[in-house]
Amino acid sequence: MARTPGELVGARPGTPFEITVDGRTVTAMPGQSIAAALWGAGILAWRTTRNTGRPRGAFCGIGQCYDCLATVNGEPNRRACLLPARPGDAITTQEGHGHAGLGV
Amino acid sequence: MQCEILLPVPTSNSSDVIVVGAGMVGAACAYYAARAGLSVTVVDRGAVAGGTTGAGEGNLLVSDKEPGPELELALLSARLWQELTASLPPQIEYEAKGGLVVASDAAGMEALRDFATGQHKAGVMAEEIPCDRLGDLEPHLAPTLAGGFHYPQDAQVQPALAAAHLLRASGARIRLGEEVTHLLTQADGDLTGVRTATGTLHAPQVVNAAGAWGGELARRAGLDLPVLPRRGFVLVTEPLPRMVRHKVYAADYVADVASGSAALQTSAVVEGTAAGPVLIGASRERVGFDRTLSAEVLRRLAAQATTLFPVLAGVRAIRTYAGFRPYLPDHLPAIGRDPRMPGLLHACGHEGAGIGLAPATGLLIAQLLTGQQPAVDVGPFSPGRFTSVS
Ligand SMILES: Cc1cc2nc3c(=O)[nH]c(=O)nc-3n(C[C@H](O)[C@H](O)[C@H](O)COP(=O)(O)OP(=O)(O)OC[C@H]3O[C@@H](n4cnc5c(N)ncnc54)[C@H](O)[C@@H]3O)c2cc1C
Ligand code: FES
Repeated sequence: MARTPGELVGARPGTPFEITVDGRTVTAMPGQSIAAALWGAGILAWRTTRNTGRPRGAFCGIGQCYDCLATVNGEPNRRACLLPARPGDAITTQEGHGHAGLGV
Repeated sequence: MQCEILLPVPTSNSSDVIVVGAGMVGAACAYYAARAGLSVTVVDRGAVAGGTTGAGEGNLLVSDKEPGPELELALLSARLWQELTASLPPQIEYEAKGGLVVASDAAGMEALRDFATGQHKAGVMAEEIPCDRLGDLEPHLAPTLAGGFHYPQDAQVQPALAAAHLLRASGARIRLGEEVTHLLTQADGDLTGVRTATGTLHAPQVVNAAGAWGGELARRAGLDLPVLPRRGFVLVTEPLPRMVRHKVYAADYVADVASGSAALQTSAVVEGTAAGPVLIGASRERVGFDRTLSAEVLRRLAAQATTLFPVLAGVRAIRTYAGFRPYLPDHLPAIGRDPRMPGLLHACGHEGAGIGLAPATGLLIAQLLTGQQPAVDVGPFSPGRFTSVS
């Protein structure tokens, strides 16, 4: 049986909760970053690039590369690798800069 | 096995003219001098656009200039920029976007009207925009403004790319990472070239396009030219869709530009870029070459910009940078031969307008280098105007 990081460190996490990704329900653990929760659910990309629309997800995982930007609860450009998941968070795939509504 | 004969690498270090400085102004001087048939060497102690050109913005403005020699230069430059755009690659991001100057009250509007009337006689196009039409031009502008003036001749480039492409198009020989330490003269005082940290370059004429460091270079020739740095910060937002169409600025910007005070002045100047970020300026202060970040300046820039565009309060500023405008006490550049050393021509001191004024400066310098009649009167730009010698 595959051993999870949680088992390896003998973690005793609290009660899991739900967040949504583009409307789909995903289970997250207390303390988990949004990126970790998405990875745990097999989701690797949650943003498309500004110019060519290519898929992006977490790259550095430590807040440095800004590749993992996501729209969280309507606010674009949140770094999913740093942001702890909270019950009920609604993550939506961010297209480009995520500010299309401001265009004139 | 073939026998190879190693020939010495041709190290031609003579040319008709040496341009010191690979910023926007040096690039334009090199371009027009080469087009006039001269062989040109450009020397910079750093990289192309590594000075103020890479640390400012790229507005090509006629709107902020009162009738006079600088406006004449700006109008000539505006035409030359249009010509250059046709031959340079689109990467220079030339955009004929127009400027919009806005006033917050009736008195400000009256001042703008007077200013535009004077400019009109000098060939500047400006259209009054009543407050209820501001939103057509800039949907995100604060609804409380009194009105503004639209200047269709204002344009924009990406300055570092514009300088680099113009320099490439010049075909000049480029020597980077070489500091000019001395100007070389013969016994009779005639200029023969420059000494750099690594060797000697020969030319009968040298152009000082060292920007804010133009005074320092002049001193290395034993000459005084009072160029001082006037620091400016730019606040950069996260990438955004096109949400600011014009170069938009508050009416008090013009007074700040004209001020001779060393103290801090800030006024809102907002423009979008092709890459997405919105650039927010503009601050002016004379504090030497001090790069220390000033939170006070940034706070004021952000507050003034969000007064003009309330929507900016909801976007992030992701970085800031500072540059040093090359300031001369009468706010005019030095363009022309140094009367004290005729082989030396100055092309520096363009303060906050060096990107806009670069093509006209380059053209004038090329005309002076080749003994032609300059396209506009260079008298007001005489480098000798600061000394009793003329
Ligand atoms: C915040 C800010 C905003 C601005 N916005 C605008 C704008 O919107 N529109 C506009 O037109 N202008 C603007 N400006 C002004 C503009 O950037 C400058 O006027 C312009 O870049 C000056 O160009 P330059 O080629 O003269 O100088 P620089 O670009 O500084 O080039 C001078 C070069 O000379 C080199 N050099 C100096 N001494 C030596 C030496 N001894 N040996 C070898 N090389 C040497 C330096 O390394 C440097 O690369 C702005 C400036 C700032 C700071
Ligand atoms: S993955 Fe690099 S900043 Fe989040």
